[in-house]
Amino acid sequence: FGGKTWYIKVSFTCLKSKYLEELNIQTVTLIPGDGIGPEISTAVMKIFEAAKAPIQWEERNVTAIKGPGGRWMIPPEAKESMNKNKIGLKGPLKTPIAAGHPSMNLLLRKTFDLYANVRPCVSIEGFKTPYTDVDLVTIRENTEGEYSGIEHLIVDGVVQSIKLITEEASRRIAEYAFEYARNNQRTSVTAVHKANIMRMSDGLFLRKCREVAENYKDVKFTEMYLDTVCLNMVQDPSHFDVLVMPNLYGDILSDLCAGLIGGLGVTPSGNIGANGVAIFESVHGTAPDIAGKDLANPTALLLSAVMMLRHMGLHGHAKKIETACFDTIRDEKVLTKDLGGNAKCSEFTADICRRVQDMD
Amino acid sequence: MSIAARSAPVLFSTRLQPWTGLKSSANNVSLRFKYQSTNPPPAKYGGRHTVTLIPGDGIGPELLNHVRELFRFCCVPVDFEVVRVDSSASSEDDINNAVTAIKRNGVALKGNIETNHNLPPSHNPGTICFDLYANVMHCQSLPGVPTRHKDIDVIIIRENTEGEYSSLEHENVPGVVESLKIITRVNSLRIAEYAFNLAREKGRRKVTAVHKANIMKLGDGLFLQCCKEVAAGYPDITFDKMIVDNTTMQLVSKPQQFDVMVMPNLYGNVVSNVCAGLVGGPGLVPGVNYGKDYAVFETATRNTGKNIANKNIANPTATLLASCLMLDHLKLRAYAKMIRKAVLKTLSETQLQTADLGGQGTTSEVAHSIMQEIQRGGPRTSEQI
Repeated sequence: FGGKTWYIKVSFTCLKSKYLEELNIQTVTLIPGDGIGPEISTAVMKIFEAAKAPIQWEERNVTAIKGPGGRWMIPPEAKESMNKNKIGLKGPLKTPIAAGHPSMNLLLRKTFDLYANVRPCVSIEGFKTPYTDVDLVTIRENTEGEYSGIEHLIVDGVVQSIKLITEEASRRIAEYAFEYARNNQRTSVTAVHKANIMRMSDGLFLRKCREVAENYKDVKFTEMYLDTVCLNMVQDPSHFDVLVMPNLYGDILSDLCAGLIGGLGVTPSGNIGANGVAIFESVHGTAPDIAGKDLANPTALLLSAVMMLRHMGLHGHAKKIETACFDTIRDEKVLTKDLGGNAKCSEFTADICRRVQDMD
Repeated sequence: MSIAARSAPVLFSTRLQPWTGLKSSANNVSLRFKYQSTNPPPAKYGGRHTVTLIPGDGIGPELLNHVRELFRFCCVPVDFEVVRVDSSASSEDDINNAVTAIKRNGVALKGNIETNHNLPPSHNPGTICFDLYANVMHCQSLPGVPTRHKDIDVIIIRENTEGEYSSLEHENVPGVVESLKIITRVNSLRIAEYAFNLAREKGRRKVTAVHKANIMKLGDGLFLQCCKEVAAGYPDITFDKMIVDNTTMQLVSKPQQFDVMVMPNLYGNVVSNVCAGLVGGPGLVPGVNYGKDYAVFETATRNTGKNIANKNIANPTATLLASCLMLDHLKLRAYAKMIRKAVLKTLSETQLQTADLGGQGTTSEVAHSIMQEIQRGGPRTSEQI
């Protein structure tokens, strides 16, 4: 009789995965994160359920553990899950100050070789900022450049920090940028650099971009100095489309563009890695002061999840959820505190769920 | 004051003849000893200063011509020594001549020079030769200029000699390039000292250091530590620090929170361009490069504007305000005040604004209007100026 139960259990699991396969339900690794992470992740899961998106969530924790050999690494279950599912959604992670291990985000980046950070910045109607016509995407090289972490104290009082630019990484990011432009119907790609000053390093980056541009004649390629981009961006951001750049410039410009549309609380972000891995995340902090009080704003994580749906090809569901979210914000009736209202996170979520369901 | 009287700056009068200065050579000598290394060299002949003029590329030559005309019109006691350094055919000799001219005069007014990628890297040889370690830019919202943000008043002090612009690059392995960013204690202390000193002089309340020390722990960490040390000596001024990406985000949403900002070279480039864009564009903001013994005045953002060169549509405001800063530096404050007032009055008249501000005025119309504005101020006697 025990044998028969075992047989029923196994066959049920096989049936379930076959069922999921038939329904095309994809599994996504969910990393709720710290602080407000769990509540905004729950909000996103609720909205996805209301939209009947074919996604199944697999929750994992990524607190660093010390592996064999003394090196810090993420837990093997998390790593295995990501490598299996290839797609992940991550909430904010906190970096404890004296924990001895490097930042979690850095660890994830190194583990999965997340070489491209993509941030689409689109002005949100209903969330007023001085800039109303922003619609651009910043693609930042995420592995090398100024953030290689290679620093030396030459003599007392003189520090040298090395900026590393390699052919391989520059080519890879340029290719990703042009592919992205092509797949998302974008008209132009602009390389941002400072090759007049840093001739060899940014010169190499620029050369690679030019070479890759030859293979993508349908996308317009331009180059612009970093200072000119900054100058023009704050005067008229509508001139820009897709921007590709090395690490430091990307860091500064992507935050600049986030500021144009309203800050990190409403900006989505995605990290693309080698081997098809992609982790989408919200880039704001963990906000420990409002954690657990149902006051958080899930917009950033929600828009990142929408970006994830688009990456997976589920454009219909993506559009539905995004429209519902923007409609709620435009209506200005149920808004969380940081958007200017005084509704709770659950009320905001419920409003979006209602709109999504009404759309069917 | 005695110098001003000698130069007899009566409007519409003829210029003083150069030999007048010989009569008062005794006075000149005593003043020369008084102005040691911290002040500009005293006027040598007849109370007139000589300033090196570097027209540069793009819109530089035409705008500096307007400056010269305006100075002639106002009888400003400044003579220009023109030195040609630009991207077309600048040999080593030309650059050496320019360097000697600036060393001789101590003050220069320059247009922007386009980088010629075929020449060996010699980014701004000026800053290295003269140790122009501080680049200062004062961004304020000007009346009459349409911008998205109002009431901006930020002074940006950028370290001008080291950091990411050290031009030390090498390719150890084909396909892998390394570029060195150097931060030294000496230069960081110097720029921090300059920033706090300036803040105190101008009555400013807060100095913000912009850095990325969470990632570049040693480099920017050293810069930040130097700023902290200097801040301890200025208890009346609040010292604050902010990471560069957060800074740019705050600048586009709430720029009014910033007062004085000090930062290394590259961040200075980014932040100064963002601020210039916020107050109305590259045509409005002047910038100064200060060294211990020399000062070079130019527009804050180093664009050559070659697309609009010689089309009479460039905005002369930045260049004219830079020349006013130069007059302040030469202690010809009354002239500076007069010209600045006229420039700002003309700027507030929207029908005269140039294309970069959304108007349709031409450069010559603006220049002409400024001269008319000065004329309207009436003839001035030597006591008034």
